[in-house]
Amino acid sequence: MNARRPAGAVPVMPRLILLRVLRLASLLAGVSVLAFVLVRNSPIDPIQAYIGADVDLTDEQLAKLRERWGLDRSPVEQYLAWAGTLLRGDFGTSTLYKAPVTDVMGARFGASLALMAVAWTLSGVLGYLLGAVAAMHRGRLADRVVSWYSYTLSATPAFWLGIVFLVVFSVWLGWFPVGLAGPQGVPAADVTFAQRLHHFVLPAITLSAVGVANIAMHTREKMTDVLNSDYVAFARARGETGAQIFKNHGFRNSVVPAVTLQFAYFAELFGGSVLAETVFSYPGLGSTLTEAALGGDVPLLLGIVLVSAVFVFTGNLIADVVNAAIDPRIRRRA
Amino acid sequence: MNTPILTVSELGVGFVQYAGGLRTRTVPGITGLDLEVREGEILAVLGASGSGKTLLAQAILGILPHNAHVTGEIRYRGERLTAARRRRTLGREISYIPQSVTNLDPLMPVGGQVRIGLDPKTAEQEQRRLFARYGLADEAARLYPFELSGGMLRRVLFATGVRDTVRLVIADEPTPGLHAEAVAEVLRHLRELAADGAAVLLITHDILSAVTVAERVAVMNGGRLVTVESASAFTGEGDGLGHPFARELWRALPQNRFSAGGVEWRW
Repeated sequence: MNARRPAGAVPVMPRLILLRVLRLASLLAGVSVLAFVLVRNSPIDPIQAYIGADVDLTDEQLAKLRERWGLDRSPVEQYLAWAGTLLRGDFGTSTLYKAPVTDVMGARFGASLALMAVAWTLSGVLGYLLGAVAAMHRGRLADRVVSWYSYTLSATPAFWLGIVFLVVFSVWLGWFPVGLAGPQGVPAADVTFAQRLHHFVLPAITLSAVGVANIAMHTREKMTDVLNSDYVAFARARGETGAQIFKNHGFRNSVVPAVTLQFAYFAELFGGSVLAETVFSYPGLGSTLTEAALGGDVPLLLGIVLVSAVFVFTGNLIADVVNAAIDPRIRRRA
Repeated sequence: MNTPILTVSELGVGFVQYAGGLRTRTVPGITGLDLEVREGEILAVLGASGSGKTLLAQAILGILPHNAHVTGEIRYRGERLTAARRRRTLGREISYIPQSVTNLDPLMPVGGQVRIGLDPKTAEQEQRRLFARYGLADEAARLYPFELSGGMLRRVLFATGVRDTVRLVIADEPTPGLHAEAVAEVLRHLRELAADGAAVLLITHDILSAVTVAERVAVMNGGRLVTVESASAFTGEGDGLGHPFARELWRALPQNRFSAGGVEWRW
């Protein structure tokens, strides 16, 4: 026996997490610089966006405002000033909502998070199951149905699918409302849970439907490899039944790519939610991002960009940790 | 003598292939093969790559690829080995010791892989006993295949195949790539299994291992069984060997005549 550590003890894990935290810090620095440069070079004038188009100010007043906001200083100074306030947790004030960016994001993020969480769970579980079933019936009807669905949905943009769902389920069939998170004209506080749920279904299904395809196809491929592997052939030769093979070997060996993909999918999920929320006028973070960009709300825009970077990074981080937990070879390498 | 455990008669294995359009043709893998392995006996099946020896093992175990077509009859202890009978006997009475360490699940600790198919109540204890028998440390049970050496993995593979109830052992190329000591160890383990009363079918292309461990040696070539010779006849110039192909094979060994052979055998 050599002196390698038994599989249970993994002091590697804290090191892995520490490394990722450092990576997150550098990522955020990079993203903030990039976003800052892009916004500075965009046609958005923060002062115009703030005061509105219909207010006339003299050049002298404008110059005073610029000086007060620090816009006359060098870009580096401006960036450092912004980054400094960010580090203290101050994201500034949204010019559209006239409220702190953190408050606006907090309110919207909740709605988006629920949407994304449901879509994510549904697409992950359903996608894995469909992919596994397809691989186990490769070439037969179940496989062809799953493959057809996946190829079609992979080629379908989320916003278009959302429009189709709206036309079919809301306009023709009248089963679901056309948009928003609650009935029109009712204050948000008075919307019941049932009404919320009713408005929630279509955007959630739209987001899930696209995600399923991806996971299903990757799982199908991986599961096919697993089923053709030497160790599954050996398992058959040892008299293990189909269910035992799935439980003993199939699941663990095929779930790794699905998990990686599913957490890496956070990025697409966020992108998809921007589109789906816009189509359904669903007041989440995604539709707020579109509003902020179109309305020239720089603090809100930058805030959402940073939050989404953290969100996507978190997804990848969880994928790494979960993979290391499933596959000891990754754990040893990390 | 001892009762036959495995009887293979007129076995044919072919592969259905598409030969342009919808026409199919069958590519033969094994043709008209007969053999018998008895209780407590080691029968070596000798042949070059592509001679069909692994297909024979796969046919017995029922793990041929989907496009394979099997004819003939395989009997285990006098009864036809059907899918239902395989379900009852594989892993309990019939055990397979595969060729490669890739036959172990990379994501399952090796102890768990040895415990598969054992009675859950005594599995833990039984696995420890098997590990001790094959010189594996108890702690190794919690390790994954990538953490063990090739020699240890081979012993794990043996441990997966050894059960009190085993009557037939099919060992597929258990020796290649091993140094002489390890080969001797593997052969000793096979002898032990036979001494316990199991019938052992040893599939190999290593003539020397085959003749040192087996009672009889079946020689395969091109999907056919050429001859079954007594292992003791593989000695000296091989004059005791009945079939010229077996003699050629024996004499071609470097330590024997090292003859080039080159005779094409037709049937």
